[in-house]
Amino acid sequence: MTGALALSDNETPFGVGAALRWAVVRDLRLALRSRAELGVQLLFYVIVVSLFPLASSPDRTLLATMGPGVIWVAALLASLLSLPRLFASDFTDGTLEQIALSPFPLPALVSGKILAHWLTTGLPIVVLAPMLGLQYGLDAEISGIVMLALLIGTPILSLLGAIGAALTLGVRGGGSLLALLVLPLYVPVLIFGAGAADAVRAGLSVSAHLSLLTSGLLIALVGAPLATATAVRIALD
Amino acid sequence: MLEAQALTARRGAATLFAGLAFRVDAGRALFITGTNGTGKTTLLRILAGLTMPAEGSVRWRGDAIAPFSPRLREDVVFIGHAPALKDELTAEENLRSLVELSATHPTDADVEAALTAVALGAQRTLPARVLSQGQRRRIGLARLGFSRRPLWLLDEPATALDAAGLVLLSQMIAQQLATGGTVVAATHQTLDVPAERVATLTLS
Amino acid sequence: MNFYQFSSPATFYSFAGRIAPWFAAAAAVLAIVGLWIGFAVAPTDFQQGEAYRIIFIHVAAAWMSMFIYLVMAFWGMLALAFNTRLSAMMAQALAPTGALMTFIALWTGALWGRPTWGTYWAWDARMTSELILLFLYFGIMALRSAIDDPRRADRACALLTIVGAVNIPIIYFSVQWWNTLHQGASVSLSAAPKMASIMLLGMLVMTFAAWFYTIAVALWRVRAIILERERGSGWISGMQGIAA
Repeated sequence: MTGALALSDNETPFGVGAALRWAVVRDLRLALRSRAELGVQLLFYVIVVSLFPLASSPDRTLLATMGPGVIWVAALLASLLSLPRLFASDFTDGTLEQIALSPFPLPALVSGKILAHWLTTGLPIVVLAPMLGLQYGLDAEISGIVMLALLIGTPILSLLGAIGAALTLGVRGGGSLLALLVLPLYVPVLIFGAGAADAVRAGLSVSAHLSLLTSGLLIALVGAPLATATAVRIALD
Repeated sequence: MLEAQALTARRGAATLFAGLAFRVDAGRALFITGTNGTGKTTLLRILAGLTMPAEGSVRWRGDAIAPFSPRLREDVVFIGHAPALKDELTAEENLRSLVELSATHPTDADVEAALTAVALGAQRTLPARVLSQGQRRRIGLARLGFSRRPLWLLDEPATALDAAGLVLLSQMIAQQLATGGTVVAATHQTLDVPAERVATLTLS
Repeated sequence: MNFYQFSSPATFYSFAGRIAPWFAAAAAVLAIVGLWIGFAVAPTDFQQGEAYRIIFIHVAAAWMSMFIYLVMAFWGMLALAFNTRLSAMMAQALAPTGALMTFIALWTGALWGRPTWGTYWAWDARMTSELILLFLYFGIMALRSAIDDPRRADRACALLTIVGAVNIPIIYFSVQWWNTLHQGASVSLSAAPKMASIMLLGMLVMTFAAWFYTIAVALWRVRAIILERERGSGWISGMQGIAA
C-alpha cells in the first residue's frame, strides 16, 4: 500500500509500555472521578474487620490470634466486591470492544487496568491494615508482616480476580458467580499470606511464606493477563 | 481489498444469513441495508474479527481473518453501536483516549481542531454524561478524522446525526474512498457519496 | 481409523450410542465384583474393624474426581485451540459426573474418618483440596448455565477449567504446608493403613468400575447435549424415533 496508509509521523509503535501507560492513566483518571465508589469499598473492608470481635469475644489473646486472618479475609471480600468494576462499565459502553480491537497487545492493556485496579483497591487495603491491626492488639512486628504480606498478596488478588471478572462479563448472577469462581483461586494466597503472621507469632521465619507469595505473584503476573485477555475476547464474541 | 466467501452466521438456532459473498476493492464502499435483526451488526463484527462466522471466511488484503488478528487490528477502525465514551471523561479526554488507543499521538491542537470541525468546540470540556446522543456520535466522527487506517467498519454511523452531521459523515467517507481506503457501513440513510464507488448489500 | 470423522457430532452421536452400553455393562460387572471383594472377601482390618470398608468406594471416587477434572481440562484445551464443538460438549458432559464423584469422595471420606479418627472433618490437604475441587466443579457448571450463548459458554468454561487445573496442585501444596506448620492441631488423614493385596485389588476393581461408569454416563449425556445443540441440523430429523 502507499505511504499515505503506512505508519504516519505521530503514530507510535504498538508497544507494551505504551499500552500499559494508556490503560493505567485512563483507569486511574476514571477511578479518581468516582471517588465515592472507592470510598465505599474501603469502608466495607473496615467495617467487616471491626465486626468480628463483636461476634466472638474481646479476649485479647484470641483477638491477637484472629487478627491477621480476619484482616486477610476482609481484604479478600473487599477485593471481590471491587472486581466487577474492572470491566463492567467498559463492557456496557462499548469501550471494551475498542480496547480489544486496538493494535496494542491486549494482555498489556489488561495489565494496565489491573494495575490501576490494585492501586485504587489493594494499595489502600495495605495502607489501612496497621490501623485495623490496632483493633486486634497486633504489635508492630506482626502488623508489619501483615502489611508486607498484603503488599505482595493484594496484587495477586487483583490479577486472579480479573480472570473471573472477565469470564463473568454481562452474565446473569454476576457478583455471586464471580465470588464462586474466584474464591477457590484465592485460597493459596490466603494461606500463605495470613500464615506469615502466624509464623511470626510462633517465632518461626517468615521467609518461606513470603517467598512462596512472591513466586505466586510472579506466576500470576505472567499468566493472569494472558488468561484475562482470552476471557475478554470470549466475552466479546 | 476485503473479500468474503460463503459467510454464514447463526444466533442460537436461527440462521441470520447464509452463503454471503462479496468483494470490496480499495477506494470503494459497501453499504449494508436491511431491517433490524437481519444480522448487519453481526456481519460487521465478523469483518472486524470480533466474532467468527459459523461457516465461510473473510480475507483482508489476501490474508484470512482470524479473530482479533493483529494485522486487522492495525488496519481497521470499527465504530459499533455504542459510541464507546466514558461518561466521566470530557469530550476532549474521550477523543484523545480513543485516538491514543489506536496508537496515534494527537497534539492538543489536533484534538481541539477535530472537535471544532464536528461543531463540538464549545463543548469540549464538558463530561460526556451531559452531551446529547447526537453530540456523542459526533465525537465518534471526530475520531474518524484522525484515522489513517485503510478499512473503516461503521455500524449505523448516521444514527442521531442532524443534517450538518450527515454532510460531515459523507465528506469523511468520500475522503477515505478518495485516498484508497475501504468503507463498509451498515446504514438506513442514503449518504452523499459518489455512487460509482458504492455497492449495496441487502440482508433479509 | 480416521479420528477426524469423530469430530463431527453427527458421527459421534451414533458411535457413542453403540459403545456406551458396553461400558455400562462392564461397569456394572466390575462394581459387583469390587463390592463383593470389599465387603465380603477382604479381611477385617486389625485396627479399624469393619468401618474401613468404605475406603473401597472412597478411593475410587476420589481418583475419578481428579481424573475427570484433568480430562475436562484436556478437552477444554482442545476446544480453545481448535474451536471444535465436540471437545467442548465432552467437557460439558463430564462435569456433573466429576462433581458427583467429588461429592461421594467427600462424604465417604467423612464417614471413614469418624469411626477411625473420631472426627468427620479434618482440615488436611487432601480433604480440603477435594472440597475446593467440588467448588471448582460447581463454578464450571454455574458458569455454563449462566451464559446463554453455547459457544461462549464452551470457551469460557474451557478457560475456567484450565485455570482451575493449574490451581488445584497449588492449593493442595499450600494446604499441606499449612498443616505441617500446625502439626498436632489436626489429624493427618494421609497416613493410609497397611493394605493387604486383596484390599488393593478391590480398590483397583472399584476404580475401573467408576471409570467405566463415567465413560458410559458421559457418552449418554453427550448424546443428549448433541441433540439439544444440533437441533437445527438436518441429520437429526432424519433419524428414527425423532419427531421432525
